[in-house]
Amino acid sequence: MECQECHKRPATLHFTQVINGNKTEVHVCEVCAKEKGYMSFPDEAYTLHNLITGLFDFDSSINPQKKAHLKQSKELQCPKCEMTFSDFKRLGKFGCAECYNTFSSKLDPVFRRVHSGNTLHHGKIPKRKGGHLHLKKELDSLRIELQSLIKNEEFEKAATIRDQIKDLEQTIKNKEEGEAE
Amino acid sequence: MTLSHFIDEAISPWMRDQGPDSDIVLSSRIRLARNFSEATFPLIADKEELEHIKTFMKDEFADGTFQDNVNFEFIPMQDISSVEQRVLIEKHLISPLLAKKSAQGAAAMISQSEKISVMINEEDHVRIQLYFPGLQLSKALEKAFEFDDWLEEKINYAFDESRGYLTSCPTNVGTGMRASVMMHLPALTMTKQLTRMVPAINQLGLVVRGIYGEGSETIGNLFQISNQITLGRTEEDIIEDLQSVVHQLIEHERQARKRLMERSGTKLEDRIYRSLGTLEYSRIIESKEAARCLSNVRLGIDLGIIKHISRNILNELMVLTQPGFLQHYAKKTLKANERDILRASLIRERLQLEKK
Repeated sequence: MECQECHKRPATLHFTQVINGNKTEVHVCEVCAKEKGYMSFPDEAYTLHNLITGLFDFDSSINPQKKAHLKQSKELQCPKCEMTFSDFKRLGKFGCAECYNTFSSKLDPVFRRVHSGNTLHHGKIPKRKGGHLHLKKELDSLRIELQSLIKNEEFEKAATIRDQIKDLEQTIKNKEEGEAE
Repeated sequence: MTLSHFIDEAISPWMRDQGPDSDIVLSSRIRLARNFSEATFPLIADKEELEHIKTFMKDEFADGTFQDNVNFEFIPMQDISSVEQRVLIEKHLISPLLAKKSAQGAAAMISQSEKISVMINEEDHVRIQLYFPGLQLSKALEKAFEFDDWLEEKINYAFDESRGYLTSCPTNVGTGMRASVMMHLPALTMTKQLTRMVPAINQLGLVVRGIYGEGSETIGNLFQISNQITLGRTEEDIIEDLQSVVHQLIEHERQARKRLMERSGTKLEDRIYRSLGTLEYSRIIESKEAARCLSNVRLGIDLGIIKHISRNILNELMVLTQPGFLQHYAKKTLKANERDILRASLIRERLQLEKK
């Protein structure tokens, strides 16, 4: 079958159009489909970004009716920058720091997919924001170390670590009390 | 304005130093994405807010000194020409996105040595980049943290205890860190081993791409290996993984070079000398051909076949022969064929210098 627009190339796209109840069958080639606007092709090539925004669409398992209902009832919207969750899915970007709070309940699956199953931060902490958060992280790692030392029956080393933990706990306590005052 | 020294020289001052494994690793880079906690991200912020951030950065840091007299030049994108922007992109000092946002408060803050560059109002409010020659990821990270702490004295960063540093794109959240290593892998490419290795590298959460970042094609057998995951792992762990893969690639590349020399030494030598001949004598040269020849010549230098040319020639001519640089040099817009002529003549001139 040849393309009904150019009558030159073979028709590779076949579809039925319904406009105001009138059904018409369309058989066109890709070039004409593009030119006549039968199909919209994205301007830019498929980028990593498209792929990622696709990943956010994890609601798709819910049946469409239910999904529409959910949307109507309560669409999450950031109180600060007014970005909605569907904006976020479309753009693949957050609007502000507050978005992370607003969409919090829906973000774990997003992060899991993007970051190989991880959802929680381990790493640098801003000094001034952290306050004693730094120390708490240090405390956590010391505790883990202590456990493994005990397991390996390296009691002498374990005792040193235990003392360090005690000191650190005291420091944190003092700091917290200091802040409370 | 001392912008000219960033623009006129194709090679950044830090590139002149030789780092570890610099026969294969050209540079190590650490990028940290940071945002102001109170402001909306550049994606949707209005111009006023972005201008405010730009002014804040200029007032607080542009005249400041970060360690050992490291001073910065503050460059608002709207104050420089599109050719100048292009040159900064070709030198990897800014991204194409930053140049695009020149009307929306985009600016760059670059240290004199060009080791540190800060992009302001790109995708995030602040993006810190540090470059070190050769394979020096840990050193780069250490410096990046110190610089980050310096900025943090005055910026209240968007940070969340459980999610880490908050970024505009979910792919950067957590550490906000992208560590990357630029590698010259001609032997692994020639023997088609790299293509087979890429899937395994990807499985470790690392990405391999061309030198001009995402979506860019590989030119001159130069590849950028970087981490994809930013959440859930510490910066040190991420770097350790990257480093171990890079070490393996270095090892494989060295072996492949050795084997090529043993099995088809004359063929390899022929290829290297032909490339040198092309660079020394051609009158018209396209950028792809130039990159290919430069890669071969650099391999010849590393293998000790070519002795009179300095190693830096690859990095330098790779940048010097990019369209932006050529047009800056010619001081006018050039058509593709005009660029090919100028490129050939600049390469000839540069190689002549080496002979003196």
